[in-house]
Amino acid sequence: MSYFFALLFIFATLVLVIGLARKIIQYARTPAPLKIATTPAPITRSGVVLRMFREVVFFESLFKGTKWTWLFGWMFHIGLFLVLLRHLRYFVEPSWLPGWIWTLIELIQPVGIYAAFAMVAGLVGLFLRRIFVDRVRYISAPSDYLWLILLGFIGFSGLMMKFVSHTDVVMVKQFFIGLWTLSWGPLPVDFPLIVHLSLVAILMIFFPFSKLLHVPGVFFSPTRNQVDNPREKRHLAPWAKAMEEQN
Amino acid sequence: MAKKKPTFETPELGEYYEVPEVTEGTMAHLSPFVAQPVHNTDLNFPGELVDDWHGKALEKLDDLRTRYRSLQVYLDSCVKCGACTDKCHYYLGTKDPKNMPVGRQDLLRKVYRRYFTFAGMFFPKLVGAADLTRETLDEWYSYYHQCSQCRRCSVFCPYGIDTAEISMAAREILDSIGYGQKYCNEIIAKLNKVGNNLGLPGPALADTLEGLEEDVFDETGVEVKYPLDQKGADILLVTPSADFFAEPHVDGLIGYGKVFHEAGLSWTISSYASEAANFGMFIGSYENMRRVSLRIRKAAMDLGVKRVVFGECGHAWRVAYAFLNTLAGPFDFLDPDYPVPQHIMEFTWDQIEKGNLNFDKSANDEMTLTFHDSCNVARATRMGSKPGGQMEIPRNVIKAVCNNYADMHYDTIGEKTFCCGGGGGLLTDDLMEIRVKGALPRMTALRNVMEEEGVTHIAAICAICKSQFTKVLPYYGMDMDQIVSIHQLVSNAIIMTGQNTDDVETK
Ligand code: HEM
Ligand code: HEM
Ligand code: SF4
Ligand code: SF4
Repeated sequence: MSYFFALLFIFATLVLVIGLARKIIQYARTPAPLKIATTPAPITRSGVVLRMFREVVFFESLFKGTKWTWLFGWMFHIGLFLVLLRHLRYFVEPSWLPGWIWTLIELIQPVGIYAAFAMVAGLVGLFLRRIFVDRVRYISAPSDYLWLILLGFIGFSGLMMKFVSHTDVVMVKQFFIGLWTLSWGPLPVDFPLIVHLSLVAILMIFFPFSKLLHVPGVFFSPTRNQVDNPREKRHLAPWAKAMEEQN
Repeated sequence: MAKKKPTFETPELGEYYEVPEVTEGTMAHLSPFVAQPVHNTDLNFPGELVDDWHGKALEKLDDLRTRYRSLQVYLDSCVKCGACTDKCHYYLGTKDPKNMPVGRQDLLRKVYRRYFTFAGMFFPKLVGAADLTRETLDEWYSYYHQCSQCRRCSVFCPYGIDTAEISMAAREILDSIGYGQKYCNEIIAKLNKVGNNLGLPGPALADTLEGLEEDVFDETGVEVKYPLDQKGADILLVTPSADFFAEPHVDGLIGYGKVFHEAGLSWTISSYASEAANFGMFIGSYENMRRVSLRIRKAAMDLGVKRVVFGECGHAWRVAYAFLNTLAGPFDFLDPDYPVPQHIMEFTWDQIEKGNLNFDKSANDEMTLTFHDSCNVARATRMGSKPGGQMEIPRNVIKAVCNNYADMHYDTIGEKTFCCGGGGGLLTDDLMEIRVKGALPRMTALRNVMEEEGVTHIAAICAICKSQFTKVLPYYGMDMDQIVSIHQLVSNAIIMTGQNTDDVETK
């Protein structure tokens, strides 16, 4: 049992890391031949960093677009973020990190629990929107519903462990920390935990092949990450340069 | 007006543009005329649909996604959040879900997924992937020519996904297999041959410009020059060819001339590069866009000018502002004290700020103005040194020459401006239905500001917008003369040195 999960998580981690790395390399290598920032756009690098920050942390454009989606989407993501921070303690020993980071993680532990509810509530909101708004229903493929369901069940099984049938958190921690050195211990055999971990593995394996590529994608979007300075600075892609040299 | 009676119904203007319920297939019947073989080959595309279009289309898609990061990232990243679904004027005007930005993107994305992604190859149903069929191809042709590449969708998308990028890629794929659009390709071919989209040869241009000089002299008593191919002039003016004859465009050209005259700078138009518009952008072809742009570089060099100024045109300003330096630069042979290129609006505003121009604002008193931000200017360019100058400067100029001004609803101007409905290579009679329906949100906002603020005229700085408004206003029960050029307003109000003011009509 623990052997199976150990292999599963090693596999899932490899797929996630290698899959994402390949995508990031692909995005980074593909040139953006023209300046296409959606204007008004920042005219300095630091302005762009600020724009990206607002986009990633507050979903600025989405806020302009649709308030309900923004509300649910932001609840879900901020919840997810806090939950994942809280989960760090299962994978790293305090001594591996600088002290202040660990203090931070300790500090958000109590908030984390509300975060879990925010996350699940956001997911439910997004799911309802997908069903009830005819335009969103039209553009949804089965996978779009399944992602929400998958994440919802991960959250639900996690909350079950937290509030209904507790699992041996210390054992879980020892198992995952042990994975780093390929010397894992036993995993508690609890139904919610098995569900939780199986779904998480599925999430990790499909991540690099799905729309979850919006995570690296948002950072590589030329309409958002370009500096608006085409008149001041000539921008030329390598293939365009080669074309220029030919004629 | 239109010779034939329209075969479609003009939507009714409501109090506010409403988000309609999805109604599938309402625009499936509409496709533009297909290009003739000669025009395709002139642009280095196959003349007719090639036999192996299936393979060739996929090959092109694969090629483009390795050359355009936007395409690759946007095909992958959409989470189907739906934020863009109610942002496209063509969806709002037609109810057709394939005119929702994400619906439009998905026509290409489903094919990308099917042939180039793991999930789409093995679980096509699950992720909405689909084979490339002849029907898909025709659907591309239809719906990618119902996008004006206005970028309104990209403002609201959390990843900035710009459907214009996808439309451009799709059109390039279509061109590369010999399935080009008549309107765009014919125009680019004409420009390559004659120097402008309208195919006006040099002598005709000279005639027109001479005529303008006479008119202005008769009216003002000032010898304002409208020079052609004058070597050694300070400024090369590149303006959309519609400015050479059509109303209200030409009134704008008259205005540019008066401003240059008062600024005391010599300027010229080039017959070789007598076109600001660059339809190479609409068809997404870097090569063609570059070929057109290089004419401007050559004209500037041959004429030995110091500066390049662009006239009122929307997508032309995008190509000029954002792409020209890339496509035809570096412009190190021009005067480094001025931006290359400069917009006529920047030029005029600078002159106004310096106090070089005198105005009698009351000359525009019979009008109350509003301003239509052209999509490409608002969302793809800048004017002046600050972000947002592209919205401010034109308004500043209007307010400097007119007493009465009111903005339309704030959700329909600035970066959220609604397209006129005719941009992106759609300004052709065979697409009249989508043009009229797509104008609905803009017409609604205009009619509201007319009722609430007593607005009588709408000013624009884009040749396509002006032509489109002229055609479409009557469909909505308004008057085609309500659209004006900003430099027409400038021209009305400006009092040039030595101008005889006694024959100014007093009403
Ligand atoms: C840099 C980090 C991230 C950013 C900026 C980001 C941003 C967004 C935005 C703006 C949306 C659209 C609004 C919405 O539907 O919520 C979205 C959707 C989504 N995100 Fe993220 N996200 C990030 C990380 C993640 C991660 C780590 C996951 C999953 C483990 C995830 C899963 C999803 C899912 C499933 C949706 C679709 C929601 C729906 O169906 O409506 N995101 N993301
Ligand atoms: C290998 C990865 C993971 C492990 C080992 C793990 C383990 C656990 C454990 C042991 C709990 C119970 C905590 C307690 O009883 O105090 C829990 C809770 C939870 N998990 Fe996970 N989890 C993992 C990944 C994830 C992921 C990727 C998500 C989100 C997408 C997630 C969401 C949650 C939530 C929402 C809770 C409940 C609230 C909380 O305690 O924070 N987990 N998880
Ligand atoms: S670019 Fe404009 S016309 Fe095209 S899909 Fe987006 S909003 Fe619609
Ligand atoms: S707003 Fe962007 S991510 Fe959302 S559905 Fe539209 S294109 Fe996709």
